[in-house]
Amino acid sequence: MNDSHNRMIITFSFLLAMLLSVYPLSGLWQWLRPQFVTLLVIYWALSLPQSMNVLMLWLLGCWVDLLSGGVLGQHALSLMLVVYVCLLSYQRVRSYSTGQQVIYVFFLVLLQQLINNWVHSLVGRETSSLLLALPALVSALAWPFVVLLMSSIVARYRVS
Amino acid sequence: MLIVVSVYTDYLVPARSAAGAAATPFYHVTSWPGQIWNWAGNNLRTRDHLQGENDTLRAELLIHKGKLQQMASLAAENVRLRQLLNSAEMVEDHVLVAELIGVSPDPLMHKVVINKGLRHGVYLGQPLLDASGLMGQVVEVREATSQVLLVTDSTHALPVQVNRNGVRAVAEGTGDLHKLILRHVSNTVDIRVGDLLVSSGLGGRFPVGYPVAEVESVVNDPGKSFAEIIARPQAQLNRSRHVLLVLGEDQAALEPANE
Repeated sequence: MNDSHNRMIITFSFLLAMLLSVYPLSGLWQWLRPQFVTLLVIYWALSLPQSMNVLMLWLLGCWVDLLSGGVLGQHALSLMLVVYVCLLSYQRVRSYSTGQQVIYVFFLVLLQQLINNWVHSLVGRETSSLLLALPALVSALAWPFVVLLMSSIVARYRVS
Repeated sequence: MLIVVSVYTDYLVPARSAAGAAATPFYHVTSWPGQIWNWAGNNLRTRDHLQGENDTLRAELLIHKGKLQQMASLAAENVRLRQLLNSAEMVEDHVLVAELIGVSPDPLMHKVVINKGLRHGVYLGQPLLDASGLMGQVVEVREATSQVLLVTDSTHALPVQVNRNGVRAVAEGTGDLHKLILRHVSNTVDIRVGDLLVSSGLGGRFPVGYPVAEVESVVNDPGKSFAEIIARPQAQLNRSRHVLLVLGEDQAALEPANE
């Protein structure tokens, strides 16, 4: 299939992920929300590494920052670092078993959380509690389902 | 680079409020399920239920009206006393009803989005109330929505005073929705558990006299130079849907009286 078709599917998936990531939750539930945008970025970086465009990624990150109302550039930076690690290692990770991939995703999302927390600390909003690792854990557990869903979408719409 | 510019300077503020328009559709869409739920709650009710609700509301109205009768004479007395003291008159605040359409997805950030913006006359720093207390202030105004920083955000602080005796303090957010702390209050100050903290109007951002929090615990540790005072916000920060924006620019109340 052609490029614009791929790009449309990818854009649409990110729009959906952003919708899910702003759905209002209260209290502790907010910590239990998987980082949908990060999971999708990892998925696309692993399955279609050639589709990753630094500028688009940066714009996506800024968009997420506008959504969350945080410091502009925070998610742009953390997502770019996550994708950098993905692009360095996608050949190996593709051959991992699901369990190994879950651990890999856990550390990637944790990395992103740590960068976000560092940016928060510039404003004075950081947390020192281990709650910070909770979104990483939930995202890692959600990873197999994301892969299942996305690979069925990829097969259905012939994204390649 | 962008982060540093965004954190330490104000250059990006206009860009943010312009680009913020790209973020609002998401909040609108995600508020639909709640709105449908509300609509269903309003429209799919039995007659008995509505009648019961009507009765309780009527009883409540009666009580409030009774209190309001005294209010008129108290307000008049207040004006007389203020004239005697030669101080400025209190200006009555006008409010604009807004609806909360979104909550920041980041649990470390206590920000909400309301459905009123530049078009409706919202301005930066405008205070936001709900039915039971002060909620926060507007930090970003967009075309038709705006973003509000809640009083419990860990970057927020507001001047308060104890309603009972007028002791002044600064209430700081902690990043916990049910907890405010009073900073730098010495061990001997008369603040007790159960005291109501109201906004003091110092600093000129928040109007005077709106309830902010109730003191929950006071710990006097002789080893420390300040008392540890924890208060619980009065506003329903995680529940309110309908909120009030205070329109009254009560600058008159802040200006010193003419001698």
